[in-house]
Amino acid sequence: MSAQIETSTLPLRPILLGLRRGWDENVLAWLIAAITLLPLAVVLASLLQPQADIWAHLTEFVLPGLLVNTVWLVAGVGLATLALGVSLAWLTAIYDFPGRKYFSWALALPLAMPAYVLAFVQIGLYDFTGPVQTLIREMWGNSHWVPPIRSRGGVILTLTLALYPYVYLLARNAFQTQGRRALEAAASLGLSRRQGFWRVALPMARPWLVGGVTLALMECLADFGTVATFNYDTFTTAIYKAWFSLFNLTAASQLASLLVLMVFVLALMEQHVRGDKRYTASGRLAHGRRERLRGARGALAAMVCLFVLALAFLIPLAQLLWWAQSVAVDQLDLRYFGFIGRSLLLSAGAALLVVLLALGLAYAVRRRTSLASRVVARLATIGYAIPGTVLAVGVFIPIAWLDNRLVEWVHALGWGEPTQLIKGTLAVMLLAYVARFLAVAFEPTQSAMQRITASQEEAAASMGLGRRAVLRRIHLPMLRGGLLTAALMVFVDVMKEMPITLMTRPFGWDTLSVRVFEMTSEGQWEMAALPAVAIVLAGLIPVILLAWHTEKHT
Amino acid sequence: MSEAQLVLDQVEMAYGQKVVLRHLSFTLAAGEIGCLLGPSGCGKTTALRAIAGFESIQAGCIRLNDDEIASLQQQWPAQLRGIGMVFQDYALFPHLTVAGNVGFGLQGLDRRNHRAKVMELLEVVGLAGHADDYTHVLSGGQQQRVALARALAPSPRLLLLDEPFSNLDVELRERLSQEVRDILKARGMTALLVTHDQHEAFALADRIGVMEGGQLRQWDSAYALYHEPADRFVADFVGEGAFLPATVIAPGELEFELGRRACPSTVESLPGQAVQVLLRPDDILHDDDSTLKARVVKKAFRGAQFLYTLALPSGATLLSLVPSHHDHAIGESIGIRLEIDHLIAFS
Amino acid sequence: MKFFPLLMVAALAATVPAMAEEVTLYSARIESLIKPLLDAYTKETGVQVRFVTDKEGPLMERLKAEGANTPADILLTVDAGNLWQAQQLGLLKPIKSTVLEANVPAHLRDPQGEWFGLSVRARTMFYNTEQVKPSQLSTYEDLADPKWKGKLCLRTSKKVYNQSLVGTMIARLGEPKTEQIVRGWVANLATDPFADDTMMLKAIAAGQCDVGIANTYYFGRLIDKNAKLPLAVFWPNQKTNGVHVNISGAGVTRYAKNEKGAIKLLEWLSSEKAQNLYADVNMEYPVNPKVKPDPKVAAWGDFKHDYINVAKAGELQTTAVKLMDRAGYR
Repeated sequence: MSAQIETSTLPLRPILLGLRRGWDENVLAWLIAAITLLPLAVVLASLLQPQADIWAHLTEFVLPGLLVNTVWLVAGVGLATLALGVSLAWLTAIYDFPGRKYFSWALALPLAMPAYVLAFVQIGLYDFTGPVQTLIREMWGNSHWVPPIRSRGGVILTLTLALYPYVYLLARNAFQTQGRRALEAAASLGLSRRQGFWRVALPMARPWLVGGVTLALMECLADFGTVATFNYDTFTTAIYKAWFSLFNLTAASQLASLLVLMVFVLALMEQHVRGDKRYTASGRLAHGRRERLRGARGALAAMVCLFVLALAFLIPLAQLLWWAQSVAVDQLDLRYFGFIGRSLLLSAGAALLVVLLALGLAYAVRRRTSLASRVVARLATIGYAIPGTVLAVGVFIPIAWLDNRLVEWVHALGWGEPTQLIKGTLAVMLLAYVARFLAVAFEPTQSAMQRITASQEEAAASMGLGRRAVLRRIHLPMLRGGLLTAALMVFVDVMKEMPITLMTRPFGWDTLSVRVFEMTSEGQWEMAALPAVAIVLAGLIPVILLAWHTEKHT
Repeated sequence: MSEAQLVLDQVEMAYGQKVVLRHLSFTLAAGEIGCLLGPSGCGKTTALRAIAGFESIQAGCIRLNDDEIASLQQQWPAQLRGIGMVFQDYALFPHLTVAGNVGFGLQGLDRRNHRAKVMELLEVVGLAGHADDYTHVLSGGQQQRVALARALAPSPRLLLLDEPFSNLDVELRERLSQEVRDILKARGMTALLVTHDQHEAFALADRIGVMEGGQLRQWDSAYALYHEPADRFVADFVGEGAFLPATVIAPGELEFELGRRACPSTVESLPGQAVQVLLRPDDILHDDDSTLKARVVKKAFRGAQFLYTLALPSGATLLSLVPSHHDHAIGESIGIRLEIDHLIAFS
Repeated sequence: MKFFPLLMVAALAATVPAMAEEVTLYSARIESLIKPLLDAYTKETGVQVRFVTDKEGPLMERLKAEGANTPADILLTVDAGNLWQAQQLGLLKPIKSTVLEANVPAHLRDPQGEWFGLSVRARTMFYNTEQVKPSQLSTYEDLADPKWKGKLCLRTSKKVYNQSLVGTMIARLGEPKTEQIVRGWVANLATDPFADDTMMLKAIAAGQCDVGIANTYYFGRLIDKNAKLPLAVFWPNQKTNGVHVNISGAGVTRYAKNEKGAIKLLEWLSSEKAQNLYADVNMEYPVNPKVKPDPKVAAWGDFKHDYINVAKAGELQTTAVKLMDRAGYR
């Protein structure tokens, strides 16, 4: 009897397995997305409470100017990070020139420099009162002809220098894994290196480039520190104005919702345009020899890299170190071990968790082209475009609500009189980081995932590997570069993160970025230099690890 | 196009200490299809890449028509050589449609002519219906044709094909290689192909070079390679056969287990000299009346024929192609006869 | 995997009830400006004080979301406007303390007793001593006069200190008059508004502009480092309402678990022995009239300050912000 059942159900099994598999992956994707969806829902819920008064004021006096500003910022930073990131990645991936080996990892270092710190350093150096203009005045009498740093151009320049590493890292990953065969094919069809770059390498790197620019722009849209330092009005400054100055968090959330919707629509449009195209590398990964740039051209390439590195990292770091040493005697004490230790612990923990979830999400949606799966991936990663403080509140409100219910039960059951249970724990903090930084890990993971073909997975499955084994033995090794990039970026981002850390940290859990907040909120930038330097130096650890890893594997 | 003539003259190449091409010289006439044949690692693909311009040579020179496209002094960049290439893995651009791939190298045409040219080529390779598909939806054979059409589109002076059929199944391989030859011949295209498969070489090429250890052993027609191999390696690599020991018994005559024969001029024929003679399976005929008997050791059914492996009384083995209605059991002794015009022997 | 035990420990640590008496603060005043005092309080009384720092906005949202289960007993801010807002949201509780009423002048605390000023922050005028004589200066309103065209520096209108300043001007002069003055300021700007007072004061010292409005303690920090800066204080509106002042202050939260302890701590903070420490650590002015400011601060001179209740600043803050938006003051 049992044998009969066996045989009769046999043809059904593959179908059932297939169904369950699709279902599993959908559930996985939605579970991960829920971490972002909950705070997002809190933010979006604001749309249900119209705030007519304040909107009348905002639309008349605030929105027109900041929309223009925001469009400029997005266009400027988008194009500039793309141009800078791609050209530096191309230079270090394809050519060889003096110092290339060092530049190839050093150019990612500005990632460790928080944008708000860079903003302050830039203004400190290049504004009217800074050493550069002071020197110019001493030599020529006036400095009126110097373009002002506190301007639209200055904001775009600063954010570009702070954010280009996202594009650089992803583009370099793309160029290195692209396979030279495609470029050779282009050459055999009569295209020069330059034409091959424009018509083959660049379009084939598209998922990476879109990923990098998406990250840069999301961070740019959510940025408050930098634009506030420049007093440049954007969507974010309006959000903060509505909340802190007009005491209207609902209106602030509505503004944030608009921002989110814009990002969401843009992201879906990009995916629509991308359509049916595939980006699986054609052919083996041929590690062609780099083309050597000799003489003047080599020197020029090295100069370009050095110039960018100096502007984005070396000069700001020197300035920070100068300030830091002036306050180190008073400020540096044993507590710094605690700040550094907690920062590292949180960053490492968050990097691990966020990358794991990003991998799960990228895996679950890897070959789904349905609108639902595109939407779920987008929703799950939209937290990066919400200004940090708004998202922090979005995270805090449901957690506090849940905690209050739990506390009631504990009281009712007579188990004690606690005031909080899950709130104020590291677990909540880490979940909040997931909501914010999932995009950072998802973009590189997802791009790398596109290079794994269905047949590679099927080949592994046909050799009797289970799904988990396929993930472990096929995906993980093939995604290694992408996952490391993801972990690095999350690590460094958590290191720099302020609003969520401030709002969800347990008592006494001050980190380096909390120190930076403490100092900058009273305008004491020289004092903030010390924790800022510590953030930069701690951020160097993973950057160097990643660089070392990529050099070893190419 | 008709002027195309490829000349390799004493080309040398090395990766560090490892020499990959030595004294490589051959000439390919206009409209001819050449082939470099050899086991993997023999340097044939490297030679192809050097001609294409993806590798730099360290001595000698490569000329196409009258242009010296590569020498120690100058290496033309690949894109200026006017040499098309079909890659082993096709290297199709995944971000472009079939038409986008084929039209990729077409320059200086207006939209209408561009499209017309692309469609003409797709017609030639039989893919006109797939112009707007992305390449990942095509089968292996279709992808191969796209790669061919793409390489032909800019009307290169020379077309290189790197193991073009190695990713295809046998049946498709045979059909496609004939098709490709027809397409190339119809366009008068000069082409050079690289393969480790002699059937592919025979099916496609007018002239074939057998390579080993970075050296060209013989550059000849398929017939000559088979029947007049220049050395033992070529004889061994091209076609099937067996070697039997023989002794020169008098000037111009040698003797071996199957009898006496005239000694070919290719070996020194001092009496007493020991040589090896090559016997192809078609040199050994089955003849029930023959007194010469050999025992069946192995047999392989080839449709019209059996390929028998036979053991002579001395223990030496031979191969023989026998019409398949002569079905003999293993262990059975059968009569054989030697029928050969020119004996091939090596010292 | 080693990480998870750590998580558990942290989770437990956060929920273990304290043994000794404890007061919990949510503070927008940064650690370095409150910790020395709180340490002194613990040393004196044995009462443990724990706190988290954040901006006022998130702290208030936190109180709101936590409701009756909040661990916080005291909310501490660096301006009156936010305390007023916390009061509107019902996050604070009125307290009756004769000590606080005696130590804190009436205009520097909430009439209902929901919050109390603990230090005074004066927002006054500063000028470049090489380009301006003090006799040329008079009032905040005067800075709108075209004679200052291209010579004025201001901090951004997004900072609450400027919102409070303009709010009290609205209370005194009415909206139309105030808007006219703010438009005059904007027309006189030498350069875009600065993100903070320090940047602005440096710009005055460097000669980018002649005069500006800032809090005194930023000036104090600057000349502490470089006494030779050509920068000086001017006390405006001495013939009229006086210099605009704000407070840093605190209130007891509505659901304070340790209300008594919270009141005791506030009383102590307003006391003579604590007031100097509280104000001097940041070169502010004490609220307690019996306490003299730090000698360095006192050296800038005596001045008459505005006796309008600082609660007005909170009440009129949104009006002030909208007015500045209309006037194009970024």
